[in-house]
Amino acid sequence: MNRHLISAADLSRDDSLLILDTAEELASIADRPIKKLPTLRGRTVVNLFFEDSTRTRISFEAAAKRLSADVINFSAKGSSVAKGESLKDTALTLEAMGADAVVIRHGASGAAHRLARWVRGTVVNAGDGTHEHPTQALLDAFTIRRRLLGIERARGQGLDGMRVTIVGDVLHSRVARSNVLLLSTLGAHVTLAAPPTLLPLAVGSWPCGVSYDLDSELPKSDAVMMLRVQQERMTAAYFPSVREYSRRYGLDATRMTRLPDHAIVMHPGPMNRGVEIAAEVADSPRSTIVEQVANGVTVRMAVLYLLLGGAELPAVTQ
Amino acid sequence: MCAALNPVARQGLAVLDADEIRRALTRIAHEILERTHGGEEVVLLGVPTRGVPLARRLAERIGQFEGLEIPCGSLDVTLHRDDLRLRPARALGRTELPAGGVDGKTVVLVDDVLYSGRTVRAALDALTDLGRPRTVQLAVLVDRGHRELPIRADYVGKNLPTSQREMVHVLLTEVDGTDAVLIGDGSPGDRSPDASSPSARSPDASSPSTTSTTSSPGTTAAHGGPAASEASFAHRTAAEVRKASRPDDTAAGSRTSGGSGGLVSTPRKTQ
Repeated sequence: MNRHLISAADLSRDDSLLILDTAEELASIADRPIKKLPTLRGRTVVNLFFEDSTRTRISFEAAAKRLSADVINFSAKGSSVAKGESLKDTALTLEAMGADAVVIRHGASGAAHRLARWVRGTVVNAGDGTHEHPTQALLDAFTIRRRLLGIERARGQGLDGMRVTIVGDVLHSRVARSNVLLLSTLGAHVTLAAPPTLLPLAVGSWPCGVSYDLDSELPKSDAVMMLRVQQERMTAAYFPSVREYSRRYGLDATRMTRLPDHAIVMHPGPMNRGVEIAAEVADSPRSTIVEQVANGVTVRMAVLYLLLGGAELPAVTQ
Repeated sequence: MCAALNPVARQGLAVLDADEIRRALTRIAHEILERTHGGEEVVLLGVPTRGVPLARRLAERIGQFEGLEIPCGSLDVTLHRDDLRLRPARALGRTELPAGGVDGKTVVLVDDVLYSGRTVRAALDALTDLGRPRTVQLAVLVDRGHRELPIRADYVGKNLPTSQREMVHVLLTEVDGTDAVLIGDGSPGDRSPDASSPSARSPDASSPSTTSTTSSPGTTAAHGGPAASEASFAHRTAAEVRKASRPDDTAAGSRTSGGSGGLVSTPRKTQ
Protein backbone atom coordinates (compact mmCIF):
# COMPACT_ATOMS: atom_id res chain seq x y z
CA MET A 1 0.00 0.00 0.00
CA ASN A 2 1.00 3.60 -0.50
CA ARG A 3 1.95 5.77 2.41
CA HIS A 4 -0.98 8.08 1.74
CA LEU A 5 -4.58 7.47 0.76
CA ILE A 6 -5.38 10.19 -1.76
CA SER A 7 -7.36 8.42 -4.44
CA ALA A 8 -9.20 5.14 -4.85
CA ALA A 9 -7.18 4.76 -8.06
CA ASP A 10 -4.04 4.23 -5.95
CA LEU A 11 -5.52 1.07 -4.46
CA SER A 12 -4.86 -2.22 -6.18
CA ARG A 13 -7.32 -5.06 -5.80
CA ASP A 14 -5.07 -6.65 -3.18
CA ASP A 15 -4.76 -3.37 -1.24
CA SER A 16 -8.52 -2.94 -1.28
CA LEU A 17 -9.16 -6.49 -0.14
CA LEU A 18 -6.57 -6.09 2.62
CA ILE A 19 -8.39 -2.99 3.89
CA LEU A 20 -11.81 -4.66 3.67
CA ASP A 21 -10.63 -7.86 5.36
CA THR A 22 -8.88 -5.89 8.10
CA ALA A 23 -12.12 -3.97 8.61
CA GLU A 24 -13.97 -7.28 8.81
CA GLU A 25 -11.76 -8.32 11.74
CA LEU A 26 -12.10 -4.91 13.38
CA ALA A 27 -15.90 -4.92 13.05
CA SER A 28 -16.30 -7.14 16.09
CA ILE A 29 -14.77 -4.44 18.29
CA ALA A 30 -17.94 -2.38 18.03
CA ASP A 31 -19.77 -5.17 19.91
CA ARG A 32 -17.28 -5.45 22.74
CA PRO A 33 -17.61 -3.89 26.17
CA ILE A 34 -14.24 -2.20 25.72
CA LYS A 35 -14.13 -0.58 22.29
CA LYS A 36 -10.49 0.32 22.43
CA LEU A 37 -7.22 -1.08 21.12
CA PRO A 38 -3.73 0.10 22.08
CA THR A 39 -2.41 -0.12 18.52
CA LEU A 40 -1.81 3.57 17.70
CA ARG A 41 -0.84 4.70 21.19
CA GLY A 42 1.39 7.75 21.04
CA ARG A 43 0.49 8.61 17.44
CA THR A 44 -1.22 11.88 16.59
CA VAL A 45 -3.96 12.19 13.98
CA VAL A 46 -5.02 15.69 12.90
CA ASN A 47 -8.47 16.12 11.41
CA LEU A 48 -8.04 19.09 9.10
CA PHE A 49 -11.50 20.09 7.94
CA PHE A 50 -11.91 23.11 5.69
CA GLU A 51 -15.46 22.11 4.75
CA ASP A 52 -18.42 21.28 6.94
CA SER A 53 -18.82 17.64 7.77
CA THR A 54 -20.64 15.67 10.41
CA ARG A 55 -20.24 12.00 9.77
CA THR A 56 -16.83 11.92 8.14
CA ARG A 57 -15.11 13.97 10.83
CA ILE A 58 -16.80 12.17 13.70
CA SER A 59 -16.15 8.86 12.00
CA PHE A 60 -12.42 9.54 11.62
CA GLU A 61 -12.26 10.83 15.17
CA ALA A 62 -13.99 7.74 16.57
CA ALA A 63 -11.77 5.46 14.47
CA ALA A 64 -8.54 7.13 15.64
CA LYS A 65 -9.68 7.14 19.27
CA ARG A 66 -10.65 3.48 19.22
CA LEU A 67 -7.09 2.76 18.15
CA SER A 68 -5.79 4.97 21.00
CA ALA A 69 -4.31 7.68 18.78
CA ASP A 70 -4.37 11.28 19.96
CA VAL A 71 -6.78 13.31 17.88
CA ILE A 72 -6.55 17.02 17.16
CA ASN A 73 -9.56 18.52 15.45
CA PHE A 74 -9.10 21.52 13.25
CA SER A 75 -11.88 23.27 11.45
CA ALA A 76 -11.39 26.30 9.26
CA LYS A 77 -13.97 28.28 11.16
CA GLY A 78 -12.37 29.96 14.14
CA SER A 79 -8.81 29.19 13.01
CA SER A 80 -6.11 31.30 11.41
CA VAL A 81 -7.47 30.26 8.03
CA ALA A 82 -10.21 32.79 8.71
CA LYS A 83 -7.37 35.34 8.95
CA GLY A 84 -6.05 34.35 5.56
CA GLU A 85 -3.48 31.65 6.33
CA SER A 86 -2.69 29.46 3.32
CA LEU A 87 -3.07 25.69 3.19
CA LYS A 88 0.69 25.30 3.04
CA ASP A 89 1.32 27.41 6.15
CA THR A 90 -1.41 25.57 8.01
CA ALA A 91 0.17 22.29 6.96
CA LEU A 92 3.61 23.36 8.12
CA THR A 93 2.18 24.40 11.47
CA LEU A 94 0.63 20.96 11.91
CA GLU A 95 3.87 19.37 10.81
CA ALA A 96 5.74 21.27 13.50
CA MET A 97 3.29 19.95 16.06
CA GLY A 98 4.25 16.41 15.12
CA ALA A 99 1.20 15.05 13.35
CA ASP A 100 1.71 11.45 12.24
CA ALA A 101 -1.34 11.58 10.01
CA VAL A 102 -3.42 14.37 8.55
CA VAL A 103 -7.00 13.66 7.55
CA ILE A 104 -7.96 16.45 5.20
CA ARG A 105 -11.24 17.65 3.77
CA HIS A 106 -10.99 20.63 1.49
CA GLY A 107 -13.21 22.39 -1.03
CA ALA A 108 -10.51 22.37 -3.70
CA SER A 109 -9.91 19.26 -5.79
CA GLY A 110 -6.32 18.13 -5.38
CA ALA A 111 -5.81 19.68 -1.93
CA ALA A 112 -4.90 16.32 -0.38
CA HIS A 113 -2.42 15.63 -3.15
CA ARG A 114 -0.71 19.00 -2.59
CA LEU A 115 -0.64 18.48 1.15
CA ALA A 116 1.07 15.10 0.76
CA ARG A 117 4.09 16.87 -0.72
CA TRP A 118 4.35 19.33 2.14
CA VAL A 119 4.11 17.13 5.20
CA ARG A 120 6.17 14.17 6.33
CA GLY A 121 3.21 12.37 7.88
CA THR A 122 0.58 10.25 6.20
CA VAL A 123 -2.20 12.08 4.37
CA VAL A 124 -5.69 10.64 4.19
CA ASN A 125 -8.11 12.29 1.79
CA ALA A 126 -11.49 12.79 3.45
CA GLY A 127 -12.95 14.54 0.42
CA ASP A 128 -11.31 17.12 -1.85
CA GLY A 129 -13.70 19.29 -3.83
CA THR A 130 -15.42 17.27 -6.54
CA HIS A 131 -12.45 14.93 -6.90
CA GLU A 132 -12.39 11.95 -4.54
CA HIS A 133 -13.47 10.54 -1.19
CA PRO A 134 -11.73 7.17 -1.02
CA THR A 135 -12.74 6.11 2.50
CA GLN A 136 -16.40 6.58 1.55
CA ALA A 137 -15.90 4.26 -1.40
CA LEU A 138 -14.19 1.72 0.88
CA LEU A 139 -17.04 1.79 3.38
CA ASP A 140 -19.57 1.46 0.54
CA ALA A 141 -17.70 -1.54 -0.86
CA PHE A 142 -17.53 -3.01 2.65
CA THR A 143 -21.28 -2.51 3.11
CA ILE A 144 -22.14 -4.04 -0.26
CA ARG A 145 -19.89 -7.03 0.38
CA ARG A 146 -21.30 -7.67 3.85
CA ARG A 147 -24.93 -7.29 2.84
CA LEU A 148 -24.85 -9.20 -0.44
CA LEU A 149 -22.39 -11.99 0.46
CA GLY A 150 -23.12 -12.27 4.18
CA ILE A 151 -20.63 -11.63 6.98
CA GLU A 152 -19.37 -15.20 7.03
CA ARG A 153 -18.70 -15.44 3.31
CA ALA A 154 -17.39 -11.92 2.82
CA ARG A 155 -13.74 -12.40 3.85
CA GLY A 156 -11.28 -12.37 1.00
CA GLN A 157 -13.98 -11.88 -1.63
CA GLY A 158 -14.21 -9.12 -4.22
CA LEU A 159 -17.44 -7.80 -5.69
CA ASP A 160 -17.06 -9.75 -8.90
CA GLY A 161 -20.10 -9.69 -11.15
CA MET A 162 -22.16 -7.45 -8.88
CA ARG A 163 -24.07 -4.64 -10.52
CA VAL A 164 -24.04 -1.29 -8.77
CA THR A 165 -26.01 1.67 -10.06
CA ILE A 166 -24.96 5.14 -8.93
CA VAL A 167 -27.76 7.65 -9.38
CA GLY A 168 -27.90 11.42 -9.48
CA ASP A 169 -25.46 14.28 -9.24
CA VAL A 170 -22.34 12.52 -10.50
CA LEU A 171 -20.83 15.77 -11.75
CA HIS A 172 -20.30 17.22 -8.29
CA SER A 173 -19.82 13.94 -6.48
CA ARG A 174 -16.42 12.87 -5.17
CA VAL A 175 -18.20 9.84 -3.73
CA ALA A 176 -19.22 8.71 -7.22
CA ARG A 177 -15.68 9.11 -8.61
CA SER A 178 -14.09 7.10 -5.83
CA ASN A 179 -16.80 4.47 -6.00
CA VAL A 180 -16.52 3.98 -9.76
CA LEU A 181 -12.78 3.44 -9.40
CA LEU A 182 -12.85 1.22 -6.34
CA LEU A 183 -15.90 -0.89 -7.18
CA SER A 184 -14.60 -1.61 -10.67
CA THR A 185 -11.18 -2.52 -9.20
CA LEU A 186 -13.05 -5.01 -7.02
CA GLY A 187 -14.78 -6.50 -10.06
CA ALA A 188 -18.23 -4.90 -9.82
CA HIS A 189 -20.02 -3.57 -12.86
CA VAL A 190 -20.90 0.07 -12.20
CA THR A 191 -23.53 2.04 -14.09
CA LEU A 192 -24.12 5.75 -13.65
CA ALA A 193 -27.71 6.88 -14.05
CA ALA A 194 -28.08 10.64 -14.25
CA PRO A 195 -29.40 13.47 -16.37
CA PRO A 196 -26.86 14.37 -19.08
CA THR A 197 -26.24 17.74 -17.44
CA LEU A 198 -25.08 16.09 -14.23
CA LEU A 199 -22.52 13.80 -15.87
CA PRO A 200 -18.92 14.94 -16.25
CA LEU A 201 -17.55 15.46 -19.76
CA ALA A 202 -14.93 12.74 -19.46
CA VAL A 203 -17.34 10.10 -18.21
CA GLY A 204 -16.68 8.06 -21.35
CA SER A 205 -13.18 7.29 -20.09
CA TRP A 206 -14.38 5.98 -16.73
CA PRO A 207 -14.57 2.23 -16.12
CA CYS A 208 -18.38 2.22 -15.98
CA GLY A 209 -21.54 2.28 -18.02
CA VAL A 210 -23.81 5.31 -18.39
CA SER A 211 -27.58 5.50 -18.63
CA TYR A 212 -30.08 8.35 -18.68
CA ASP A 213 -32.95 6.08 -17.74
CA LEU A 214 -33.09 5.00 -14.10
CA ASP A 215 -36.15 2.76 -14.47
CA SER A 216 -34.47 0.45 -16.95
CA GLU A 217 -31.38 0.09 -14.73
CA LEU A 218 -33.17 -0.74 -11.47
CA PRO A 219 -34.24 -4.34 -12.27
CA LYS A 220 -30.59 -5.20 -13.11
CA SER A 221 -29.09 -3.72 -9.95
CA ASP A 222 -27.77 -5.51 -6.88
CA ALA A 223 -27.15 -2.18 -5.16
CA VAL A 224 -28.39 1.33 -5.90
CA MET A 225 -26.46 4.26 -4.57
CA MET A 226 -28.41 7.51 -4.44
CA LEU A 227 -26.30 10.68 -4.51
CA ARG A 228 -27.23 13.95 -2.89
CA VAL A 229 -28.07 16.82 -5.22
CA GLN A 230 -25.28 19.20 -4.22
CA GLN A 231 -27.07 22.51 -4.59
CA GLU A 232 -24.23 24.33 -2.81
CA ARG A 233 -21.82 23.42 -5.62
CA MET A 234 -24.24 24.17 -8.44
CA THR A 235 -23.40 27.33 -10.32
CA ALA A 236 -25.92 26.89 -13.11
CA ALA A 237 -29.36 25.39 -13.71
CA TYR A 238 -28.65 21.71 -14.26
CA PHE A 239 -32.29 20.67 -14.28
CA PRO A 240 -35.55 22.58 -14.71
CA SER A 241 -36.95 22.03 -11.21
CA VAL A 242 -36.32 19.94 -8.13
CA ARG A 243 -39.71 18.35 -8.63
CA GLU A 244 -38.87 17.22 -12.14
CA TYR A 245 -35.52 15.84 -11.00
CA SER A 246 -37.21 13.98 -8.22
CA ARG A 247 -39.77 12.48 -10.59
CA ARG A 248 -37.18 11.18 -13.01
CA TYR A 249 -34.21 10.32 -10.80
CA GLY A 250 -35.56 10.18 -7.25
CA LEU A 251 -36.08 6.78 -5.61
CA ASP A 252 -39.58 6.50 -4.19
CA ALA A 253 -41.50 3.50 -2.90
CA THR A 254 -43.07 2.69 -6.29
CA ARG A 255 -39.76 2.80 -8.08
CA MET A 256 -38.14 0.69 -5.37
CA THR A 257 -40.47 -2.22 -6.28
CA ARG A 258 -38.59 -2.52 -9.59
CA LEU A 259 -35.48 -3.63 -7.72
CA PRO A 260 -34.69 -7.34 -7.34
CA ASP A 261 -35.60 -8.72 -3.89
CA HIS A 262 -32.01 -8.93 -2.64
CA ALA A 263 -30.99 -5.45 -3.80
CA ILE A 264 -29.94 -2.79 -1.30
CA VAL A 265 -30.37 0.98 -1.32
CA MET A 266 -27.42 3.12 -0.28
CA HIS A 267 -26.85 6.81 0.33
CA PRO A 268 -23.61 8.42 1.46
CA GLY A 269 -25.50 11.09 3.41
CA PRO A 270 -26.53 13.71 4.18
CA MET A 271 -29.89 12.95 2.55
CA ASN A 272 -32.39 15.36 1.02
CA ARG A 273 -35.49 13.39 1.87
CA GLY A 274 -38.09 13.89 -0.81
CA VAL A 275 -35.56 14.92 -3.48
CA GLU A 276 -33.27 12.02 -4.42
CA ILE A 277 -34.72 9.54 -1.94
CA ALA A 278 -38.19 9.26 -0.44
CA ALA A 279 -38.53 8.96 3.33
CA GLU A 280 -40.17 5.50 3.16
CA VAL A 281 -37.27 4.22 1.04
CA ALA A 282 -34.64 5.68 3.37
CA ASP A 283 -36.30 3.99 6.34
CA SER A 284 -37.00 0.66 4.62
CA PRO A 285 -35.17 -2.55 5.53
CA ARG A 286 -33.35 -2.43 2.17
CA SER A 287 -31.72 0.82 3.13
CA THR A 288 -28.15 0.49 4.44
CA ILE A 289 -27.77 4.16 5.31
CA VAL A 290 -27.31 3.76 9.06
CA GLU A 291 -25.18 0.67 8.56
CA GLN A 292 -22.92 2.68 6.25
CA VAL A 293 -22.22 5.12 9.07
CA ALA A 294 -21.30 2.31 11.47
CA ASN A 295 -19.16 0.63 8.82
CA GLY A 296 -17.45 3.97 8.21
CA VAL A 297 -15.81 3.88 11.63
CA THR A 298 -14.67 0.30 11.09
CA VAL A 299 -13.23 0.92 7.63
CA ARG A 300 -11.44 4.09 8.77
CA MET A 301 -9.93 2.14 11.66
CA ALA A 302 -8.61 -0.35 9.14
CA VAL A 303 -7.17 2.44 6.98
CA LEU A 304 -5.50 4.17 9.93
CA TYR A 305 -4.13 0.89 11.22
CA LEU A 306 -2.68 -0.12 7.86
CA LEU A 307 -1.18 3.32 7.20
CA LEU A 308 0.07 4.11 10.71
CA GLY A 309 0.22 0.83 12.59
CA GLY A 310 3.42 -0.57 11.13
CA ALA A 311 6.96 0.61 10.66
CA GLU A 312 7.52 3.94 9.05
CA LEU A 313 8.72 3.25 5.57
CA PRO A 314 12.25 4.30 4.75
CA ALA A 315 12.61 7.28 2.48
CA VAL A 316 13.86 5.23 -0.49
CA THR A 317 10.47 3.69 -1.13
CA GLN A 318 8.62 6.93 -1.55
CA MET B 1 12.22 -39.14 13.51
CA CYS B 2 14.41 -39.98 10.61
CA ALA B 3 14.96 -36.84 8.63
CA ALA B 4 15.40 -38.72 5.37
CA LEU B 5 11.93 -40.25 5.59
CA ASN B 6 10.19 -37.01 6.32
CA PRO B 7 8.80 -35.29 3.23
CA VAL B 8 9.53 -31.87 4.71
CA ALA B 9 12.95 -32.70 6.10
CA ARG B 10 14.70 -30.58 3.52
CA GLN B 11 13.41 -27.49 5.36
CA GLY B 12 15.28 -28.49 8.47
CA LEU B 13 15.66 -31.35 10.87
CA ALA B 14 12.44 -32.85 12.14
CA VAL B 15 12.37 -32.94 15.92
CA LEU B 16 8.75 -34.07 16.27
CA ASP B 17 6.85 -36.13 13.74
CA ALA B 18 3.11 -36.50 13.38
CA ASP B 19 2.83 -39.34 15.90
CA GLU B 20 4.86 -37.48 18.48
CA ILE B 21 2.73 -34.35 18.04
CA ARG B 22 -0.36 -36.49 18.48
CA ARG B 23 1.01 -38.05 21.68
CA ALA B 24 2.07 -34.66 23.06
CA LEU B 25 -1.40 -33.23 22.46
CA THR B 26 -3.03 -36.26 24.04
CA ARG B 27 -0.88 -35.79 27.13
CA ILE B 28 -1.64 -32.05 27.28
CA ALA B 29 -5.36 -32.79 26.99
CA HIS B 30 -5.11 -35.15 29.97
CA GLU B 31 -3.09 -32.60 31.92
CA ILE B 32 -5.67 -29.89 31.27
CA LEU B 33 -8.41 -32.21 32.56
CA GLU B 34 -6.33 -33.03 35.62
CA ARG B 35 -5.36 -29.48 36.46
CA THR B 36 -8.85 -28.07 35.94
CA HIS B 37 -10.59 -30.89 37.85
CA GLY B 38 -12.42 -32.38 34.91
CA GLY B 39 -12.44 -29.47 32.51
CA GLU B 40 -15.36 -27.59 34.04
CA GLU B 41 -15.66 -24.01 32.80
CA VAL B 42 -12.63 -24.36 30.54
CA VAL B 43 -12.38 -22.30 27.36
CA LEU B 44 -9.61 -22.99 24.83
CA LEU B 45 -8.40 -19.97 22.87
CA GLY B 46 -5.93 -20.54 20.05
CA VAL B 47 -3.59 -17.79 18.91
CA PRO B 48 -3.64 -17.54 15.07
CA THR B 49 -2.35 -18.98 12.89
CA ARG B 50 -1.32 -22.36 14.27
CA GLY B 51 -2.64 -22.05 17.78
CA VAL B 52 -6.19 -22.28 16.44
CA PRO B 53 -6.02 -25.80 14.97
CA LEU B 54 -4.06 -26.92 18.04
CA ALA B 55 -6.83 -25.62 20.32
CA ARG B 56 -9.41 -27.46 18.21
CA ARG B 57 -7.45 -30.69 18.42
CA LEU B 58 -7.17 -30.38 22.20
CA ALA B 59 -10.92 -29.71 22.52
CA GLU B 60 -11.63 -32.73 20.35
CA ARG B 61 -9.44 -34.98 22.53
CA ILE B 62 -10.94 -33.70 25.76
CA GLY B 63 -14.35 -34.42 24.22
CA GLN B 64 -13.28 -38.00 23.47
CA PHE B 65 -11.89 -38.61 26.95
CA GLU B 66 -14.65 -37.08 29.04
CA GLY B 67 -17.59 -36.68 26.68
CA LEU B 68 -17.45 -33.02 27.43
CA GLU B 69 -17.79 -30.23 24.90
CA ILE B 70 -15.09 -27.66 25.55
CA PRO B 71 -15.76 -24.22 24.03
CA CYS B 72 -13.03 -23.32 21.61
CA GLY B 73 -12.16 -20.03 19.93
CA SER B 74 -9.39 -17.88 18.56
CA LEU B 75 -7.68 -14.77 19.86
CA ASP B 76 -5.76 -12.55 17.47
CA VAL B 77 -3.07 -10.54 19.23
CA THR B 78 -1.71 -8.47 16.33
CA LEU B 79 -3.20 -5.18 17.50
CA HIS B 80 -1.71 -5.66 20.97
CA ARG B 81 1.82 -6.55 19.90
CA ASP B 82 4.77 -4.49 21.06
CA ASP B 83 6.72 -4.90 17.83
CA LEU B 84 4.18 -3.39 15.45
CA ARG B 85 6.44 -0.46 14.67
CA LEU B 86 9.29 -2.70 13.63
CA ARG B 87 7.56 -3.97 10.53
CA PRO B 88 4.97 -2.75 8.04
CA ALA B 89 1.43 -3.22 9.23
CA ARG B 90 0.39 -6.82 8.90
CA ALA B 91 -2.90 -8.51 8.16
CA LEU B 92 -5.07 -9.37 11.13
CA GLY B 93 -6.12 -12.83 12.22
CA ARG B 94 -9.54 -13.71 13.48
CA THR B 95 -10.80 -13.28 17.01
CA GLU B 96 -13.77 -15.49 17.72
CA LEU B 97 -15.02 -16.06 21.22
CA PRO B 98 -17.26 -19.01 22.04
CA ALA B 99 -20.87 -18.05 22.78
CA GLY B 100 -20.38 -18.15 26.56
CA GLY B 101 -17.60 -15.57 26.51
CA VAL B 102 -14.64 -15.73 28.90
CA ASP B 103 -15.99 -14.09 32.06
CA GLY B 104 -15.37 -16.27 35.09
CA LYS B 105 -13.95 -19.08 32.94
CA THR B 106 -10.62 -20.88 33.01
CA VAL B 107 -9.07 -19.75 29.76
CA VAL B 108 -6.31 -21.90 28.29
CA LEU B 109 -4.35 -19.99 25.65
CA VAL B 110 -2.96 -22.34 23.00
CA ASP B 111 -0.04 -21.57 20.74
CA ASP B 112 2.51 -23.47 18.70
CA VAL B 113 5.87 -22.13 19.89
CA LEU B 114 6.74 -20.29 23.11
CA TYR B 115 9.85 -18.17 22.60
CA SER B 116 10.27 -14.61 23.90
CA GLY B 117 6.87 -14.63 25.61
CA ARG B 118 5.85 -11.41 23.89
CA THR B 119 2.97 -12.95 22.00
CA VAL B 120 1.59 -14.33 25.24
CA ARG B 121 1.95 -10.90 26.84
CA ALA B 122 -0.05 -9.44 23.95
CA ALA B 123 -2.60 -12.24 24.28
CA LEU B 124 -3.08 -11.46 27.98
CA ASP B 125 -3.76 -7.82 27.11
CA ALA B 126 -6.14 -8.76 24.33
CA LEU B 127 -7.96 -11.08 26.71
CA THR B 128 -8.37 -8.34 29.32
CA ASP B 129 -10.29 -6.28 26.76
CA LEU B 130 -12.66 -9.15 26.11
CA GLY B 131 -13.64 -9.97 29.66
CA ARG B 132 -12.39 -11.18 33.01
CA PRO B 133 -11.48 -14.86 33.10
CA ARG B 134 -11.11 -16.53 36.50
CA THR B 135 -7.71 -17.93 35.55
CA VAL B 136 -5.57 -17.93 32.44
CA GLN B 137 -3.30 -20.83 31.58
CA LEU B 138 -0.95 -21.42 28.69
CA ALA B 139 -0.48 -24.52 26.55
CA VAL B 140 2.22 -24.70 23.87
CA LEU B 141 3.39 -27.43 21.56
CA VAL B 142 7.05 -26.38 21.73
CA ASP B 143 8.87 -24.33 24.34
CA ARG B 144 12.14 -23.23 22.78
CA GLY B 145 13.42 -21.07 25.66
CA HIS B 146 14.93 -17.56 25.46
CA ARG B 147 12.16 -15.84 27.40
CA GLU B 148 12.28 -12.05 27.51
CA LEU B 149 9.34 -11.69 29.87
CA PRO B 150 8.39 -13.45 33.10
CA ILE B 151 6.05 -15.91 31.41
CA ARG B 152 5.94 -19.70 31.56
CA ALA B 153 3.72 -22.32 30.05
CA ASP B 154 1.42 -24.54 32.13
CA TYR B 155 1.36 -27.31 29.53
CA VAL B 156 4.28 -28.03 27.23
CA GLY B 157 4.34 -30.58 24.42
CA LYS B 158 8.11 -30.58 24.05
CA ASN B 159 10.91 -28.58 25.63
CA LEU B 160 13.29 -27.84 22.81
CA PRO B 161 16.55 -26.19 23.77
CA THR B 162 17.63 -23.99 20.88
CA SER B 163 20.05 -21.25 20.08
CA GLN B 164 18.56 -17.92 19.12
CA ARG B 165 20.00 -18.30 15.64
CA GLU B 166 17.96 -21.38 15.00
CA MET B 167 14.44 -21.35 13.71
CA VAL B 168 11.66 -23.59 14.85
CA HIS B 169 8.88 -24.30 12.39
CA VAL B 170 5.67 -25.98 13.39
CA LEU B 171 3.74 -27.48 10.51
CA LEU B 172 0.15 -28.58 11.01
CA THR B 173 -2.05 -30.48 8.62
CA GLU B 174 -4.84 -27.88 8.78
CA VAL B 175 -2.49 -25.10 7.66
CA ASP B 176 0.51 -26.72 6.00
CA GLY B 177 -0.81 -30.09 4.87
CA THR B 178 1.44 -32.08 7.17
CA ASP B 179 2.29 -32.45 10.85
CA ALA B 180 5.88 -31.83 11.96
CA VAL B 181 8.11 -29.69 14.11
CA LEU B 182 11.30 -28.71 12.30
CA ILE B 183 14.44 -27.03 13.50
CA GLY B 184 16.65 -25.17 11.07
CA ASP B 185 19.87 -23.29 11.38
CA GLY B 186 19.55 -19.75 10.09
CA SER B 187 23.29 -19.27 9.67
CA PRO B 188 24.28 -15.80 8.41
CA GLY B 189 25.95 -17.19 5.27
CA ASP B 190 22.66 -18.67 4.22
CA ARG B 191 20.65 -15.54 4.67
CA SER B 192 18.47 -15.04 1.72
CA PRO B 193 16.81 -11.73 0.87
CA ASP B 194 14.12 -13.02 3.16
CA ALA B 195 16.38 -12.44 6.15
CA SER B 196 14.39 -9.51 7.43
CA SER B 197 11.21 -11.52 7.47
CA PRO B 198 9.63 -12.34 10.80
CA SER B 199 11.17 -15.71 11.41
CA ALA B 200 14.72 -14.59 10.85
CA ARG B 201 14.57 -11.65 13.16
CA SER B 202 14.92 -13.36 16.43
CA PRO B 203 13.84 -12.06 19.75
CA ASP B 204 11.58 -9.10 19.12
CA ALA B 205 9.70 -10.67 16.28
CA SER B 206 9.50 -14.10 17.67
CA SER B 207 5.82 -14.71 17.94
CA PRO B 208 5.08 -18.39 17.76
CA SER B 209 2.87 -17.97 14.79
CA THR B 210 5.32 -15.75 12.95
CA THR B 211 8.18 -18.02 13.91
CA SER B 212 6.64 -20.50 11.62
CA THR B 213 5.07 -18.41 8.91
CA THR B 214 7.81 -18.62 6.34
CA SER B 215 7.10 -22.23 5.66
CA SER B 216 3.46 -21.85 4.86
CA PRO B 217 2.57 -20.25 1.59
CA GLY B 218 0.15 -17.42 1.85
CA THR B 219 -0.59 -17.25 5.55
CA THR B 220 0.56 -13.72 6.21
CA ALA B 221 1.33 -10.58 4.29
CA ALA B 222 4.95 -10.67 5.37
CA HIS B 223 5.47 -14.04 3.84
CA GLY B 224 8.69 -14.48 1.90
CA GLY B 225 7.82 -17.46 -0.29
CA PRO B 226 8.67 -21.12 0.09
CA ALA B 227 11.88 -20.90 -1.88
CA ALA B 228 13.20 -18.11 0.30
CA SER B 229 12.37 -19.94 3.49
CA GLU B 230 14.06 -23.09 2.29
CA ALA B 231 17.18 -21.17 1.42
CA SER B 232 17.42 -19.81 4.91
CA PHE B 233 17.67 -23.28 6.35
CA ALA B 234 20.85 -25.26 6.42
CA HIS B 235 20.78 -28.93 7.18
CA ARG B 236 21.96 -30.02 10.54
CA THR B 237 23.08 -33.48 11.37
CA ALA B 238 21.45 -35.38 14.16
CA ALA B 239 24.68 -35.15 16.11
CA GLU B 240 24.56 -31.38 15.99
CA VAL B 241 21.04 -31.38 17.29
CA ARG B 242 22.00 -33.65 20.17
CA LYS B 243 24.87 -31.34 20.96
CA ALA B 244 22.62 -28.29 20.88
CA SER B 245 20.16 -30.07 23.10
CA ARG B 246 22.59 -30.08 26.01
CA PRO B 247 21.75 -27.14 28.21
CA ASP B 248 25.35 -25.85 28.48
CA ASP B 249 25.68 -25.78 24.72
CA THR B 250 22.48 -23.92 24.37
CA ALA B 251 23.73 -21.24 26.66
CA ALA B 252 26.96 -21.05 24.73
CA GLY B 253 25.03 -20.90 21.50
CA SER B 254 23.00 -17.96 22.60
CA ARG B 255 26.10 -16.19 23.88
CA THR B 256 28.01 -16.59 20.68
CA SER B 257 25.08 -15.43 18.65
CA GLY B 258 25.17 -12.35 20.83
CA GLY B 259 21.51 -11.79 20.14
CA SER B 260 22.60 -10.38 16.85
CA GLY B 261 22.60 -13.36 14.54
CA GLY B 262 18.95 -12.99 13.75
CA LEU B 263 18.54 -9.32 14.53
CA VAL B 264 18.40 -7.98 11.05
CA SER B 265 16.79 -4.61 11.30
CA THR B 266 16.75 -3.77 7.63
CA PRO B 267 13.37 -2.22 6.96
CA ARG B 268 11.44 -4.09 4.34
CA LYS B 269 10.24 -2.39 1.25
CA THR B 270 6.57 -2.78 0.78
CA GLN B 271 5.88 -1.17 -2.49
